[in-house]
Amino acid sequence: MQFMLALIAEERSWEDVTPDQMKKDLAEMGRFNAELTEAGAFVTAGGLQERATGTTVHYSDGEPLVTDGPFAETKEQLAGFWLIDVESLDQALAWAKKVPLSSGHVEIRPMVTGAEELLEKAEAS
Amino acid sequence: MATLIRVTGDFDLAEEVVQEAFIVALERWPHEGVPANPGAWITQVARNKAIDRIRREGVLRGKLESLQRLEALRAEAEAGPSEQLGEIEDDRLRLIFTCCHPALGAEARVALTLRSLGGLSTAEIARAFLARESAMAQRIVRAKRKIAANNIPYEVPVVEQMPERLPAVLATLYLIFNEGYLAASGEELVRTELSGEAIRLARILVAMLPRQPETRGLLALMLLTDGRRAARLDREGELVLLEDQDRSLWDSERIAEGLDLSREAAAGGPAGPYTVQARIAAVHAEAVSAADTDWDRIVRLYEWLVEVAPSPVVELNRAAAVAMRDGPKRGLELIEAIEGLDDYRPLHGARADLLSRLGRDEEAARAYERALSLDPNPVERRFLERRLATLPPR
Repeated sequence: MQFMLALIAEERSWEDVTPDQMKKDLAEMGRFNAELTEAGAFVTAGGLQERATGTTVHYSDGEPLVTDGPFAETKEQLAGFWLIDVESLDQALAWAKKVPLSSGHVEIRPMVTGAEELLEKAEAS
Repeated sequence: MATLIRVTGDFDLAEEVVQEAFIVALERWPHEGVPANPGAWITQVARNKAIDRIRREGVLRGKLESLQRLEALRAEAEAGPSEQLGEIEDDRLRLIFTCCHPALGAEARVALTLRSLGGLSTAEIARAFLARESAMAQRIVRAKRKIAANNIPYEVPVVEQMPERLPAVLATLYLIFNEGYLAASGEELVRTELSGEAIRLARILVAMLPRQPETRGLLALMLLTDGRRAARLDREGELVLLEDQDRSLWDSERIAEGLDLSREAAAGGPAGPYTVQARIAAVHAEAVSAADTDWDRIVRLYEWLVEVAPSPVVELNRAAAVAMRDGPKRGLELIEAIEGLDDYRPLHGARADLLSRLGRDEEAARAYERALSLDPNPVERRFLERRLATLPPR
């Protein structure tokens, strides 16, 4: 089954990142991804650009409204994600604990398997 | 039921088929006689009912998942009824770890453990925790849904994972125990049954995980505490402090068992928080009278507990022990230094007691009033009010 590991962290200012540090971080991330791939757990992954580059479309009764910036004005934001294929939450947790991260959070969410699952839930409730 | 939950991976289905199996038993046993192994018989009938149900479902929906579950049940059925009690206990142990998974909140763990392993109805659990039945049902449904959505496995964690997984299990059982122990007399009987349930589940842990000394520590702590139950309240249902308890009312059998277990736990390796607390309870249990209590030893054990499980509440207990050993003045100094317990009722109660022993009645009265303002249960309220009334009028 698939889980999303959502990386939620405070944005680093580019002035705080030296090229050496960036190289080190990238190498660690590369190792983590390679390990996932080797275990057959890697589906896909991605990192997001800084939040100032984000744009949001709001839907309510009227027309879709476009505003600049992210949806939530929180310090910590979605910064990247992995989609992994494992047997259970316990295995997903084991991977989440290996994410090379010194601060921030990794939220683990099981993915919906398909339309059928959603229909069943709607029928059951 | 633990077996059925493991094989079907479905709490609700397991519950329903076990109930149906009991109905069949009620019909048949009176004239066919009780089978040699009633537990295995029930499991077998329930398993067949589960196969029927899943087959029906499978026909309706043609789901691959149903076929897999059916396969697992058939394999079990062909193996014949399990004659060994050990297998049932294995399933229970797996289920304890699932119900107390760290991905579930503490309240959900408690509710799910009592529902799935304690055999309590949702209504009973709701009464015990003074919650509405609908709210409790909701909590249980959400927890089951989370287990299913995340495919949380039914397995006992490997030894390397124990340090991470066992504490959540022990904390859940201790929470259940205390909920029952701290219940006042006259309240629903079901609350006091919670303690018995927690002890029963802790016994399974001790039997199944003999190499984990903390499971013994927890069981010892529960038995030593529960052994004092009869002396904790007087005839009028009023709270009696440990130092004033009639020790002849203590349950000597429970206490003897608790003492043995606490020694075994302490000998089993570096002591964890439950083992240290069990040792503290053991020192109290070994004293023939309150005056005979070895306070020096208790203070040293609390110092140890501050090391292994630091918290302001532990510091408060240590301060109370120091007050008994070195006098109220020193104890009060330690209490005044504790941070983060401003709204903790027992702190104000303890402070009030020490102040009144020092003759500082005015301050003592204010501390009792503060404790009373923090929503005590009826038994505690009357206790605090009695104490307040013994102070000279202002």
